[in-house]
Amino acid sequence: MSIISVDVLSKEFLIPKRNPGFFASLASLFSQEYEKKTALDRISFAINEGELIGYIGPNGAGKSTTVKILSGILVPNSGSVKVMGRIPWEHRIETVRELGVVFGQRTQLWWDLPVIESFELLKDIYNISDNAYKTTLQALTEALELSKLMHVPVRQLSLGQRMRCDIAASLLHSPKILFLDEPTIGLDAVSKLAVRDFIRHLNKERKVTVMLTTHDMDDIESLCSRVIILNEGQIYLDGTLATLRKKLSPERRLIVDLLNENDTVSDPNALLVKQEGHRVWLSFDPTKITTTELITRITSKHSISDLYIENPPIEEIIAKFYRNTNL
Amino acid sequence: MKAYFAILYARTATLFQYRAAAFAGMTTQAFWGVIKTMILTAFYTQSSISQPISLDQAITFIWLGQALLALLPWTIDKELEAQVKNGNVSYELVRPINLYCLWYARAFAMRTVPTIMRCIPVIIIAGLFFGLSAPISRTAFLAFGVSLIFGTLLSSAITTLILISLFWTLSGEGIQRLTPHVTLLLSGLVVPLPLFPEWLQPFLSLQPLRGVLDIPSRLYTGVIPTQEAFYYLGFQLTWILILVGAGRWLIGRALRQFVIQGG
Repeated sequence: MSIISVDVLSKEFLIPKRNPGFFASLASLFSQEYEKKTALDRISFAINEGELIGYIGPNGAGKSTTVKILSGILVPNSGSVKVMGRIPWEHRIETVRELGVVFGQRTQLWWDLPVIESFELLKDIYNISDNAYKTTLQALTEALELSKLMHVPVRQLSLGQRMRCDIAASLLHSPKILFLDEPTIGLDAVSKLAVRDFIRHLNKERKVTVMLTTHDMDDIESLCSRVIILNEGQIYLDGTLATLRKKLSPERRLIVDLLNENDTVSDPNALLVKQEGHRVWLSFDPTKITTTELITRITSKHSISDLYIENPPIEEIIAKFYRNTNL
Repeated sequence: MKAYFAILYARTATLFQYRAAAFAGMTTQAFWGVIKTMILTAFYTQSSISQPISLDQAITFIWLGQALLALLPWTIDKELEAQVKNGNVSYELVRPINLYCLWYARAFAMRTVPTIMRCIPVIIIAGLFFGLSAPISRTAFLAFGVSLIFGTLLSSAITTLILISLFWTLSGEGIQRLTPHVTLLLSGLVVPLPLFPEWLQPFLSLQPLRGVLDIPSRLYTGVIPTQEAFYYLGFQLTWILILVGAGRWLIGRALRQFVIQGG
């Protein structure tokens, strides 16, 4: 049974139309015209318990709108949604009890209070029992290395520290589902890795279902088994990273280290991406020429010290996709 | 319920940090109190017709008003105002919490904490040097205390309502400019309500703002006899129920109707 199911969900926003000019603004006092903007256009998907899903798409694709509908904050125009068997906007309070939500761009902790006091407030808000609170807090403090931060007011924390505290805060009530909205935004490399490790651990060990919204493709690549790509309110793709690669770009990279620096490689089925000294990057389409065939052909013509094959970075694939859709 | 008390407690602890503001406010209020009592004294001594309340009672009215000024619903929570304007209020909703109760708890803290910090010094100074009388009896003082608690609850409900109105007005500027004047006037802080013209009294005695400060002050000074206290406590309670009900209804409507766009 899926823990989250979304069926032909649509959401439109009405935006007051503003015409330029004095008379137009005067007229708008009496009859305001609205412009319809479709944020979500009949999307459907289902998420099973224990999945770790990347929910990605360009800015304005409707990602946050989806998260807000799933947490019962927004009421959609049509479609049905079930989160743990409940319709979120009709049972907001019961639904959010089972959810943890982290917004990377803003903290949900109380700005003036020391971290521990924010946590204690959450304990009362979620009505967590003393024992459960103690165990969870201890586990989170260890995993996220929070012990030194507990008595610091939130406004004095660095971004990375604040993010770790925010993640801990969203997990105090042991939610079954976690929504992470750009959790690694603005973090340095070490903090990013720490946050990623923790998310992975949470998903594997504690079986928390995670829906991750991000623009950081490394997050996706290192964490998610499945991605849903949203574009202009519609689902463009829902599948594994491998299907994403196949659908968007079947290309592979062949990296060749030549013995002779002045040598260069050319092949009718491979495109020279770049060359730096001994190293040459070639891209090819495995549906047109098999990898072994290409390697045989190149090794027969050139003397080579080393060679290997890689997938193009997911970042480039997505960038290509965004460019195509925006044209 | 526990959650809202926890929020109230945390908010109270935060607000107690603003001691400098309290001291500044206290000084201003003591200063204005002196000026107002002087003006009233001048009027009373120059007037030949008899007034509805005695000069001593009027001066006590002034001083109670000055001491409890922060209790009046004439300002709103700046943080919450910003949340409504920029739409971040939606993020509060990811917690299992009733938004009205959250706002009410914060309003209550915002009304009580500054009042507690300011009132005691003002009362002591005014009582020793500037003619604030003692309550007319112990039971009157008790009635005053209960009525003051009701007044605080009422004031918090009005504060919350003003905040909710921001969902409908674009900037909230208009309401925020109007509120202090309307509140101070109708609460009886500018001129004690009993001194308003006779023809205004029916309106003045029914409007909710009199429940904040005027009723407690009347009980304290004996302008309302203590045996009638229950009627006036009932008046306060009725307005509390009406305004809390209205607030909860409006906030529910606002959340369904106005939506928080973005990203």
